[in-house]
Amino acid sequence: MGADADKVFKALAAPERRLLLDRLRKDNGQTLGQLCEHLAMTRQAVTKHLKLLEEANLVAAIWRGREKLHYLNPMPIHEISERWICKYERGRVRALAELKAKLEKETDG
Amino acid sequence: MAKSEFVYVTFIRTTPEKLWRALTKPEFTRQFWHDTTQECDWKPGARWRIVKPDGSTADSGEIVEIDPPKKLVLKWQNQMLPEMTAEGFSLLTYQLEPKGDSVKLTVTHQMDKSDSKLINAVSGGWPMILSSLKSLLETGESIEATRSWPKGM
Repeated sequence: MGADADKVFKALAAPERRLLLDRLRKDNGQTLGQLCEHLAMTRQAVTKHLKLLEEANLVAAIWRGREKLHYLNPMPIHEISERWICKYERGRVRALAELKAKLEKETDG
Repeated sequence: MAKSEFVYVTFIRTTPEKLWRALTKPEFTRQFWHDTTQECDWKPGARWRIVKPDGSTADSGEIVEIDPPKKLVLKWQNQMLPEMTAEGFSLLTYQLEPKGDSVKLTVTHQMDKSDSKLINAVSGGWPMILSSLKSLLETGESIEATRSWPKGM
């Protein structure tokens, strides 16, 4: 997982690229044009970020006819979680994350 | 979104032939796919089903397209939960492409329906099953949690 993991962490270490992943999570399978809508980034910048995400395998591109569609690929992040969270801990980690979300929501309200 | 669709891409250090066997043969699927097997004649139009360890059907459908060891397209309907069965058929595609010393496996699972319960439910399972498959082919050992049918399902 060495060189591949480096690519994943580098790709994730930029807010613009995490934003692109968030957009794909919300609406999977978008073209470059669709991704550029409502973003304060140039088309060139989005193209560059997508290329790094694809190289890290965080984004999978699939051709449908003449359209290149971009999908969030959950596999690399799953492998990172497999590496550091063992299956016995998974339930407890999730419970704590839910508790945090709930308590922080109450404080905000 | 007029449809629900997830794509999973993983690179596995193996050959397309070995990967194809692992995806279709019971002696392999039992190890990484929760002790299940698939019943199928593996030709276009053939009926297909996933058999749970107790012999009942988890999902069923038919082969739409088959081109070993490159591409397999299946119609897939859940048979365990009525609300998912009611959604009808989803479409599952496996694509295998050699890349250097590895094979790029692309798994696409889609349904022409927004917020599909089936597609959302399997989205939790696919990454686990596919990383276990990768582990099995690369190290000879699958991930322990995927060797048996999940409790309570």
